[in-house]
Amino acid sequence: MTEPLSFEKSRESLPGPRLPAAGLPGVDPAQVIPRARLRRNRPHLPRLSEPEVMRHFTRLAAMNYSISKNFYPLGSCTMKYNPVTNEVAASLPGFAYLHPYQPEETVQGALELMWDLERALCEIVGVDRMCLQPAAGAHGEWTGLRMIQAFHEDRGEDRSEVIVPDSAHGTNPASAALCGFKVVEVRSDAGGRVSLPDLESKLSPRTAALMLTNPNTLGLFEKEILEVADLVHSVGAKLYYDGANLNALMGICRPGDMGFDVVHLNLHKTFTTPHGGGGPGAGPVGVMKDLEQFLPRPTLERENGHFKLDFERPRSIGRVRSFYGNFGMLVRALTYILAMGADGLSQASEDAVLSANYLRTRLEGALEFPHDGPCKHEFVASARNLTAQGIHATDLAKGLLERGFYAPTIYFPLIVPEAVMVEPTETESKATLDAFTEAVLEIVQLAQTDPERLQAEPTSLPVGRLDEVAAARHPVLRWRPPAQD
Amino acid sequence: MAERRYTESHEWVSVEGKVATVGVTDFAQSQLGDVVFLELPRAGLQVQAGDAFGVIESVKAASDLYSPVAGKVVEVNDRLTQQPELVNKDPYGEGWLVKVELSNGVGDGLLDEAAYKKLTGGRAE
Repeated sequence: MTEPLSFEKSRESLPGPRLPAAGLPGVDPAQVIPRARLRRNRPHLPRLSEPEVMRHFTRLAAMNYSISKNFYPLGSCTMKYNPVTNEVAASLPGFAYLHPYQPEETVQGALELMWDLERALCEIVGVDRMCLQPAAGAHGEWTGLRMIQAFHEDRGEDRSEVIVPDSAHGTNPASAALCGFKVVEVRSDAGGRVSLPDLESKLSPRTAALMLTNPNTLGLFEKEILEVADLVHSVGAKLYYDGANLNALMGICRPGDMGFDVVHLNLHKTFTTPHGGGGPGAGPVGVMKDLEQFLPRPTLERENGHFKLDFERPRSIGRVRSFYGNFGMLVRALTYILAMGADGLSQASEDAVLSANYLRTRLEGALEFPHDGPCKHEFVASARNLTAQGIHATDLAKGLLERGFYAPTIYFPLIVPEAVMVEPTETESKATLDAFTEAVLEIVQLAQTDPERLQAEPTSLPVGRLDEVAAARHPVLRWRPPAQD
Repeated sequence: MAERRYTESHEWVSVEGKVATVGVTDFAQSQLGDVVFLELPRAGLQVQAGDAFGVIESVKAASDLYSPVAGKVVEVNDRLTQQPELVNKDPYGEGWLVKVELSNGVGDGLLDEAAYKKLTGGRAE
C-alpha cells in the first residue's frame, strides 16, 4: 500500500491553521520585487489539517528502511550503526548553538575539538596533516587530487593522467575527470588485485597519481601495496588512498605506512556519523609533509595554547568549503573515536573482518565466489550459478527485501558478473548474521524449486517490482495536478 | 554487410569503402541489460583508435565507448536518443552507434569473430 502525495490529499474545504494578524505594517510585494518576477497566481500548496500532516509523514517514515530497523548489508559503502552517544555530544549547547561568524576567541573549545580530531585521524591513518573541510568522500577525492595537481605544477611538471583500477569506486574516475585529468584504467589480475605488469605499462612521466582503495572493492587486501607504491613513486607520481574501506584496517595498519601520500576518509562511513539521507557527510583529506603547503586554507594552528585559523598560506589550493566544514559531523566522529579508544577501534575492525568472513563461509556453496578468501570487511559473491534458472542478482536482492532485509550492493564491482557485494560491519550479532544467511539460503533454494515465485517478489512491501527501465528512459520528475488548468 | 571486427572492450566495427560503422556487441548488450541512455558525440569529432567517444548506460552500469578505429565521426545514430532499446534489440543493425570516416585503414589490434568468441567464452552470438 502506498501513501498518496500531500498534494493529492489536499482539499479546498480543509482550512489550515489560521494565524492572527501580526499587527505589523505590511509591504506590498509589487513595491519591492520587479514586476517580471512577481507571481500571478498563488502557489498551489496542499491544504491539510495538522493531524493529517502528522499522519502523512509518520506513515511515510514507517515505510522507510534504515539501520535503526534492521540489518543493512550494503557492500563498499560502510553503513555502520550510529551510536546515540554521538547525538548527545553533538546536541550539547556549546556545540549546537555556535554561530559560524563568531569571533575566533569565543569558539576556542570548538577549535580544540577540531584540533584533537585532526591529530586523532592523522594518527589512525599515518599522515602529517589533515583538512576537515570537505563535505563528503568525493569532495575529499577532488580536494586531494587538486593538491596533487598543485604539487606537480609547482615543480613545473605537466602530468595529465590519473590511473584507477577497473574495480574502483565510480567516484575515483569521476573526481579525476572533474579535476581535468585523463583517466587511465589499470586491470585487476586473476586474484582480484592490481596487476603489477599492467600498472607498470600504464605508468609514465604523464602520471599524476594512482588512486587505490585498500582493501579494494572486492574486499581483498592489496598484498603487493609496497611494490605498487614503489612503482608509482619511481615515475614521480603520487599514491592516493580512497578511505571508503578503512573500516577493515583501523588500528591494524596505516595507509601512510603503506606509502600513500594523500588519504581521504569518510567520517559518515568509518567514524559512525549519519550516512545518506541522514547526512550531511564529511570527507577529511590528509597529506604527507611534502604536500602540506597545498592544503586548503585556513589551516588550524596552535600557538601558546591558543587555537587560530591560519589564512597566510600562499600555496594553498584555497578554501573548498564555507566556514568549518560540517562541524556537527566532526563532533560525532571525535565522540566515537574517544568512546572507542585505540583498543576499541582495532576491535571494531577485527570484528568487521570476522563478521564478513563468517558470512562468506556460511554462504559458500549457495553462491559462487570468484576470488579466494579470506576476505577483509566485505566480500563479493556471484549469483551466476542461478542464471540457468533465469534468476539473477537482482532477484536475490528483491527476495531479501521480501524477507525483511535491506538488499546488498548488486552489479558492482563491474568486473564480477552478477555481483552480490556484502559488508556486514562489526555491530551485527551472530544471530542477525545467521538470520541473513537463512534468508539467502531460502532464496537460493526457491531459485531451484520455484523461480517464478521468486521473480514475483517482493509481494509484502508497499510496492512490488518497480519498472526501473521505464523510470530511467522516461523519468517523471514533477507532479502535476490532474488536468486542472 | 562487410565482415565485422571486434575490440576487447566489446565494440564492433564494419567497414565499407572509407566509412566504418561502429556499435557494441550482442555480448555487451546482454551483459549490460536494458540500455536506458547513450551519450554520443556530434558529427565532426576526430577520434584515435582506443579513444572514448561516448557513454552507454543501462539499469546496471555505465561504461565508456571506445572507438575501434581512427578518423572523423561523420554520422551519429540519432534514433537512439528516443529509442536506446534498439541497442538491445538489434546491436549489429538498427542499434549501430556512429559512422567514422577512416583516416587510415583498420588497425591490426582488432579481433576477428573467432577470437572475439574465444574472449567471451563462446557467448558472442
